[in-house]
Amino acid sequence: MELTGAEILVRSLKEEGVTHLFGYPGGAVLHIYDALYQQDDVKHILVRHEQAATHAADGYARSTGKPGVALVTSGPGATNAVTGIATAFMDSIPMVVITGQVPTNMIGNDAFQEVDSIGITRPCVKHNFLVKDVAELAETIKKAFYIATTGRPGPVVIDIPKDVTAEKAEFKYPDTVSIRSYNPVVTGHIGQIKRAVAMMLAAERPIFYTGGGVILGRGAAELTELAQMLGYPVTNTLMGLGAYPATDKQFVGMLGMHGTYEANMSMHHCDVLIAIGARFDDRVTGNIEKFCPSAKIIHVDIDPSSISKNVKVDVPIVGSVPNVLQEMIKLLKAGDKKPDAKALASWWNQIEEWRAVDCLKYDHDSGQVKPQQVIESLYKATHGDAFVTSDVGQHQMWAAQYYKFDKPYRWINSGGLGTMGFGLPAAMGVQFAHPDATVACVTGEGSIQMCIQELSTCLQYGLPIKIIALNNRYLGMVRQWQEFFYKRRYAMSYMEALPDFVKLAESYGHVGMRIDNPADVDGAMEEAMKLKDRLVFMDFVTDQEENVYPMIPAGAGLNEMILV
Amino acid sequence: MRHVISILMENEAGALSRVAGLFSARGYNIESLTVAPTEDGSMSRMTIVTSGSEEIIEQITKQLNKLIDVIKLVDLSEDEHIEREMALVKVKAVGEAREEYKRLADIFSGRILDVTDTTYTIELTDSGDRIVEFIAAINADEIIETVRSGVSGIARGEKSLYP
Ligand SMILES: Cc1cc2nc3c(=O)[nH]c(=O)nc-3n(C[C@H](O)[C@H](O)[C@H](O)COP(=O)(O)OP(=O)(O)OC[C@H]3O[C@@H](n4cnc5c(N)ncnc54)[C@H](O)[C@@H]3O)c2cc1C
Ligand SMILES: Cc1ncc(C[n+]2csc(CCOP(=O)(O)OP(=O)(O)O)c2C)c(N)n1
Ligand SMILES: [Mg+2]
Repeated sequence: MELTGAEILVRSLKEEGVTHLFGYPGGAVLHIYDALYQQDDVKHILVRHEQAATHAADGYARSTGKPGVALVTSGPGATNAVTGIATAFMDSIPMVVITGQVPTNMIGNDAFQEVDSIGITRPCVKHNFLVKDVAELAETIKKAFYIATTGRPGPVVIDIPKDVTAEKAEFKYPDTVSIRSYNPVVTGHIGQIKRAVAMMLAAERPIFYTGGGVILGRGAAELTELAQMLGYPVTNTLMGLGAYPATDKQFVGMLGMHGTYEANMSMHHCDVLIAIGARFDDRVTGNIEKFCPSAKIIHVDIDPSSISKNVKVDVPIVGSVPNVLQEMIKLLKAGDKKPDAKALASWWNQIEEWRAVDCLKYDHDSGQVKPQQVIESLYKATHGDAFVTSDVGQHQMWAAQYYKFDKPYRWINSGGLGTMGFGLPAAMGVQFAHPDATVACVTGEGSIQMCIQELSTCLQYGLPIKIIALNNRYLGMVRQWQEFFYKRRYAMSYMEALPDFVKLAESYGHVGMRIDNPADVDGAMEEAMKLKDRLVFMDFVTDQEENVYPMIPAGAGLNEMILV
Repeated sequence: MRHVISILMENEAGALSRVAGLFSARGYNIESLTVAPTEDGSMSRMTIVTSGSEEIIEQITKQLNKLIDVIKLVDLSEDEHIEREMALVKVKAVGEAREEYKRLADIFSGRILDVTDTTYTIELTDSGDRIVEFIAAINADEIIETVRSGVSGIARGEKSLYP
């Protein structure tokens, strides 16, 4: 049957199993909106800003493992989407973004609402396509989803000129796709895996350093099994939280700049570092010269370019986490060699000493609402089982440190790009994917204002998100650096003229609460969670100059943390 | 160290800018870059001459391989290979210089492609070093302009990049 390009697009999305499309209309995509109007398979969600469409699609993807999909118009629609595309790119999130484009015969003529979307997005996508012929549209969509979701995932942009959405072609959605220049490796090299296992068994002070790749590759169960077979400590990156249960005794917390004392000290003193789906980011390694000075390093990653990029490794294994870890588990079960129990016991004794420092302790009697207390209260009220999205800043670090994630896909934040404004729209995507789950957005009074307009979207679709604003009246993360490294010259880190968030929430049709007494925190939290079908904006007036500890200052090694 | 990377890629609009964009975004050097379609019109062949430490070259090849349009690539400098480059050199050729530049072109196995009363345009196809030598042998004041194609490279023996 002959269909228009717009119809082909919508039918193709349906074939891909897309249920939610986050978007915003405009001239170049009017044919597509007309086709969307005439069907019920793909639900379109109208956001209030294209950045939010991409973050919502991203949140949907992070909480389900399925690709998120966004649709925006040409020109300003596409440029508004760029921040969300770059956010997904840095964290390797599978996403397909459809951008409208001016008609093919006008491309390059500075036409109305024309931008070179392919050129603008090129450095922040896994791949992008300009579709010039309607006959190629279905196959291109198939390729886009395939590329976005396989290998190291990432966002793919499909730029579709308006005339292509009007022209007709025979529609047949391809069953399979193969791209001769793209064949991601999934199974690891068995010889390398054997070497790795031997090295792991010979270790005296081992540690698993695991990251977002475990979650992206759906390898949390394998990681847990492997780590528990061996009894070795596990630390997660910010992106890996939930890949190993945080309440398990083998978990030593997050590592890196704001990681725990025990995680960073264990890293610094380990003799075998087992890195899995983590990319040795500068927030994690600290000063690279001082990183893990006595360690042999094993690195499992699906992307060869992540391996030996920042830190030279001894046993590189290119492959996907579950596949490689299953091989390791098989080898361990088949062999009779066990870890050195004596060495391991003394390693754990050492780690317990570091743990006893209790680096996350804070003052409970200040008379002020402590941000850490709010997160702990959120954890209790949600039984540790909520989806938690976050914005960027101190509140993000506190959420990462004090909410103990036991499951993957629960902690949703922008790590690589660090995009303020991510939290609320991402929470919308999560709530659409999990309509009955509790979704909390931990944010700051600075970040929330970057996509505050989405409160309107939340009302339209009845999204009962719980916004946990840690309102310190400062761009706190910036202020903290200014306090430590610029002699308290607080240049532009003060949020003057803040709105009344309670009234603001109410004017958007939601429930607002202000909490400024530490004694009220738990009660308010319980009350908010009871409002199952309402969005609640909880404005916690917190201790203004609280800092995030521990902290590794720039240029320092992992053993040179600033504690409280 | 100098490396010659040979890339087989999809002959797609935008493929060149993906490669060029990668080099500029990541701050890698490009000494020269040549590209043209192969006999199979669906593919292009590119030769990039770059330089950097072993770690950087490793990242360059990994990052290039990651581009969806790249089918295959090889660092030619790791093995025996041939490099050729073409130069077009326009010189002032009057009086004695006419004979002199003709002789020089002969010595370097160059060809004079265009002759006027006052100029020669000489084509030379050779290694980059020989081209540099040739240009150095010409009196700088008498060079009107030069154009160099950049290096094309291929492995010696039976090896091929074709899948
Ligand atoms: C204010 C702020 C502070 C921060 N502080 C910290 C901090 O203290 N500690 C910290 O850890 N981070 C911190 N970050 C985050 C940091 O910037 C990085 O985003 C993060 O460390 C990267 O995590 P990752 O190494 O797990 O890699 P990710 O970005 O999650 O990358 C995943 C890796 O896994 C690989 N991969 C993907 N799929 C698979 C698969 N199927 N199989 C195998 N491998 C796969 C990818 O190729 C990639 O190499 C902070 C960010 C912000 C904004
Ligand atoms: C879009 C964007 N602009 C600027 C920054 C730099 N930045 C990082 S944290 C931060 C302060 C965030 O303030 P707030 O949301 O109030 O959180 P707090 O640190 O106070 O918890 C800023 C400005 C950023 N990460 N993202
Ligand atoms: Mg703040």
